[in-house]
Amino acid sequence: MMNREVVISTEKLTKRFDGFVAVNEITFDVYKGEIFGFLGANGAGKTTAMKMLCGLSIPSAGNATIAGFDIYKQTESIKKNIGYMSQKFSLYEDLTVMENINFFGGIYGLSDKMLKVKREELIETLGLKNQEKKLVGSLPLGWKQKLAFSVAIIHAPKIVFLDEPTGGVDPVTRRQFWDLIYTAADAGITIFVTTHYMDEAEYCNRVTMMVDGEIKALDTPSKLKQQFSATTMDDVFFELARGAKRSAD
Amino acid sequence: MDDVVLQNISKSYNKGEIKAVDDVSFSVAKGELFGLIGPDGAGKTSIFRILTTLLLPDSGTASVFGNDVVKDYKAIRQHVGYMPGKFSLYQDLTVKENLNFFATVFNTTIEENYDLIKEIYEQIEPFSDRRAGKLSGGMKQKLALCCALIHKPKVLFLDEPTTGVDAVSRKEFWGMLKRLKTQGITILVSTPYMDEATLCERIALIQNGKIMSIDTPVNIIDQYPKKLYAIKANQMSKLLRDLRDSEHIESSNAFGDYHHITFKEESDLKPLLNFLNERQNLDVEINEISPTIEDCFIKLMHKTIQPLPKIAQ
Repeated sequence: MMNREVVISTEKLTKRFDGFVAVNEITFDVYKGEIFGFLGANGAGKTTAMKMLCGLSIPSAGNATIAGFDIYKQTESIKKNIGYMSQKFSLYEDLTVMENINFFGGIYGLSDKMLKVKREELIETLGLKNQEKKLVGSLPLGWKQKLAFSVAIIHAPKIVFLDEPTGGVDPVTRRQFWDLIYTAADAGITIFVTTHYMDEAEYCNRVTMMVDGEIKALDTPSKLKQQFSATTMDDVFFELARGAKRSAD
Repeated sequence: MDDVVLQNISKSYNKGEIKAVDDVSFSVAKGELFGLIGPDGAGKTSIFRILTTLLLPDSGTASVFGNDVVKDYKAIRQHVGYMPGKFSLYQDLTVKENLNFFATVFNTTIEENYDLIKEIYEQIEPFSDRRAGKLSGGMKQKLALCCALIHKPKVLFLDEPTTGVDAVSRKEFWGMLKRLKTQGITILVSTPYMDEATLCERIALIQNGKIMSIDTPVNIIDQYPKKLYAIKANQMSKLLRDLRDSEHIESSNAFGDYHHITFKEESDLKPLLNFLNERQNLDVEINEISPTIEDCFIKLMHKTIQPLPKIAQ
C-alpha cells in the first residue's frame, strides 16, 4: 500500500457551523483503486465531511487534495474528476434509461462518439437490452441503483463517492451491486463508500469510523477486529459508536 | 381469534400493472412480535396501509381484532397505533405539542397513559420544546413511537422503524419493542435488515408482493435445504470468481469476511479444495456453519447470481 498513488489526502480538515464543530481535524489518505469505507453513527459528521471532499462545501480549516486538486481553490476541477451517487438521489425517474445515460454523459462532457460506446457497453453489462426506453421510475430499486452507479462512473472518474448506495436493496441485488464496485476498483477507480450494513464494511480494503466529528479508528477490517478484540465489524462499530455524545442527522 | 388476520389479500397499482401485494395470508396472535422481512418494493407498506384501513385491498379479507378492515374501519382506527415509514409528525410543532396533539385526537391525555411511554419519552424529554423537524433521526423515531403509543393501542404497526438508523440506535429500538411486548401489545413490524429478523417471534419473508416463508426464525433456519459452509482465502474477490467457475458449487455469496457456499454434492468438498489450490488461492479456510436469515432469504429468492460484470475503462 506504501508506494501507491494517493488520490484523497486530508490534513486536519475541519468544518464548523455557528460554534458547532461538525468535522474536527480529520486526517487520512486514500489510495488509487482502494475501496474505502466511511462509517459512523447518525450525526457523526460523515455527510459534512463528504460534502467537503466533493467540493460542495468549503472547509473552515485544514487542507485537502482530491484527485490532485485543492479543496479550496479547485472545486470545479474536483467535480469533473469525481462521480457521486446516493440512495436518495441518483437518476431522473421521469426520463428513460437511455435519456438518463445521455443526460449524465452530456453533463460530464463525453463526446457523442464516446457516449455511444459507453451507452452500449453499459446497457449490455447491466442486461438492460430492450429496457432502454423504459422510464427509470418503473425499474425495480435494485436495477435503478446498479444503473445509477454505472452512470456515476460513465466519465471514468478518479474517485466515486457512494452514500448508502444499497439501503433497502434485496440481498441478491445488494451483492450484485458490490460486484460492480469490485470491478470498478479493479479498473483503478477509488471507491469512497458509506453504509449501514456492517457486512459491507468487510468488503472494504480499509475502514474509518467517525465518532462525534473525529476519526476514531482507521484500518483494514481484520486489524480493526483485532484492535477491538471483536469477531465482527458490527461489534467494532458498537464498541466505538456507543461512546458517542451527539446524535443528529 | 388472532389479533391480525389476512386472507388472500391482493393489491395492485397502475391498473394492474404493478402487483404490490399478491395473495398474501398470515395472522398475528395476541401479544406476538411479528416481523415482515423484505427489501424495498416487496409490498410491506401496502400491507400496513391495508391493515390500518388507509388503503382498500383489491381482493381478499383482513381483520384487526375481529373488525373487518373495510367495513369496521372506524373501530380499528380507535385501537391501533401506526408508525409510518416516512416521518409523518408535524415538523413545525414541538415534541410536546406533537404528543399532546395525538393524545387529544384519541380523546386521552399524556398523563393517562404516561406509564406506557415513560421509558422512551424520558430520552427525548430534554428536547420537549424543540420542533420535531429539528430532531435527529434517532430522536424522531422515538417521538414517532411515543405518538403511536399514547392512546394505548392494542396493536402497534411499525413500518420500517429502523431504516436509515445507525446500528447502535437500531439495537436500542429493538430493546424498547421487547419491553412493550411485555405490556401485552401486539406488534407487527417491518424491516429490510435481515439481521433484525431473529429479534421477532415469528417472521414472514416477503419479496415482490409474495410471502416466501412464514415461521419462527429458528424453524426457517432449520429448513435450509443444504449444508452451508463459510470459506475464506487470501484474496476474497478472486476466490468468489473461482467459486463461480467451479463445477462443484451450487451457490456462492459474499457474506462479510467469508463467502457462504453450498455444494452440488456433499462429496465435492475435496475436489473443490483441489480446484481452488490449482487456481492459486492461498490460506483457504472452510467451516460448516449455521445459516443466517439472509442465507435463507437468498435461497428462497431462487435467483442465481450473475457472473461478475465487466466494466471496460
